[in-house]
Amino acid sequence: MHTLISIDTVRGPFVREIEEISGQNLLACNQCGMCSAGCPVASAMDMLPSQVIRLAQLGMEEALTAGGRGDTTVWLCASCLACATRCPKGVDLPRVMEALRQIQLRRGAVRMDLDALPPQLARALPQVAIVGAYRKYLK
Amino acid sequence: MGGVKHRGGTYPYYPGCTLSTQARAYDRSGRAVAAALGIGLQELAEWQCCGATFPLTIDDSMALIAPTRVLCQAQDSGERVVTLCAVCFHVLRRCQVLLADDAQMLERINWFIEQDYRGELHVAHLLEVLRDDLGWNAVGSRVSRPLDGLRVAPYYGCLLLRPREEIGLDDPEDPSILHDLIRVVGADPVDFPYAIECCGSYLTAKEPRVSERLSREIVASAQESGADLLITACPLCQFNLDYPQRETRAAAAGDGLPVIYFTQLLAVAFGLPRDTWGFEDHYVDPIPALTSMVGISHEV
Ligand code: SF4
Ligand code: SF4
Repeated sequence: MHTLISIDTVRGPFVREIEEISGQNLLACNQCGMCSAGCPVASAMDMLPSQVIRLAQLGMEEALTAGGRGDTTVWLCASCLACATRCPKGVDLPRVMEALRQIQLRRGAVRMDLDALPPQLARALPQVAIVGAYRKYLK
Repeated sequence: MGGVKHRGGTYPYYPGCTLSTQARAYDRSGRAVAAALGIGLQELAEWQCCGATFPLTIDDSMALIAPTRVLCQAQDSGERVVTLCAVCFHVLRRCQVLLADDAQMLERINWFIEQDYRGELHVAHLLEVLRDDLGWNAVGSRVSRPLDGLRVAPYYGCLLLRPREEIGLDDPEDPSILHDLIRVVGADPVDFPYAIECCGSYLTAKEPRVSERLSREIVASAQESGADLLITACPLCQFNLDYPQRETRAAAAGDGLPVIYFTQLLAVAFGLPRDTWGFEDHYVDPIPALTSMVGISHEV
């Protein structure tokens, strides 16, 4: 399979949108991998957090939106901020993940179905979990 | 730390949604412990939800409206507002810091909510009041039932520690405040490698299987390190670590790991009445761990 990397995507609107929403300079990341090493959810993701920011640098929109291989990473990130605390380059990766979620949500994506939860769990959940999830997965 | 600096007095208190409903035990034990230390927690006359997440976007001020309203509701009661819920603390403290630094944003939100938040309030966690205002010596002098020999895992999670600059409560990579609190009640803090790992947070409402896996690792790690119970300052961590143990064989056999609030540990050590502990709502009953170690049982 060929992947085309071109100046049009690297300097394209997708990269600009991520940077505008997150306030982060994507090119500051030097791919050291520290974020992935400490990410508690990495084992459940199809792609490591450091790979997501690499694809974001290159403007690979398809891979990072619904149906792409980076999609699970974007939606499984728990905003735990461990990676941001440890990044030697000062990249706030949770903000990049939030921007990637927001880009989809602002285009109308709905990424949570409360009715799909086991009823026992739905009754037991603390309010902060429900309100927090609404804010992360719905617009 | 330590020293004689007991100021006591009354603090405006923001309980938040979860402590008013699902985590009432945290609220009840927190108020009782504060009162025993001569601190009044005066609930704000009017308050609303803080929004439960701090927005990680820089182009969207909507999500700052809820926490700013809370800061507004609190600013006329004093210079500080005290919180117990780590989620509320995190959201309100970051909103406080952001609006203190960004006059333009402050003006925009004030214009939008038609209120006048002055940008001067300080959001504190009760843990900071205990450590910095009262000092650990004063807290320790209230202990009437030292929990000698009890091995307690201090679980910090994420929101109480990170991000480093904005939260500033402790060293985010090597925190000590819960360790110190455990020592003050005569128990032994147990170091375990998952003390600052995420419990899964809001994933529990969308991907419960993933968050259950994270929480099982945390619980197993604390148990392997020899903990009799685990303390937290967060109602979401409490739920995420306790609920997945509800049906395990270990919990049924009394071998589960009780997950309690730091305020409940203090209430027990202060010898406060049982109705302030609030252990009834827990999935793993904490009493057996206390029975074997410090002789507390279900019989009154
Ligand atoms: S830790 Fe920072 S610099 Fe290293 S790969 Fe992750 S985002 Fe890039
Ligand atoms: S903030 Fe997200 S990407 Fe970063 S360590 Fe936590 S879960 Fe992983």
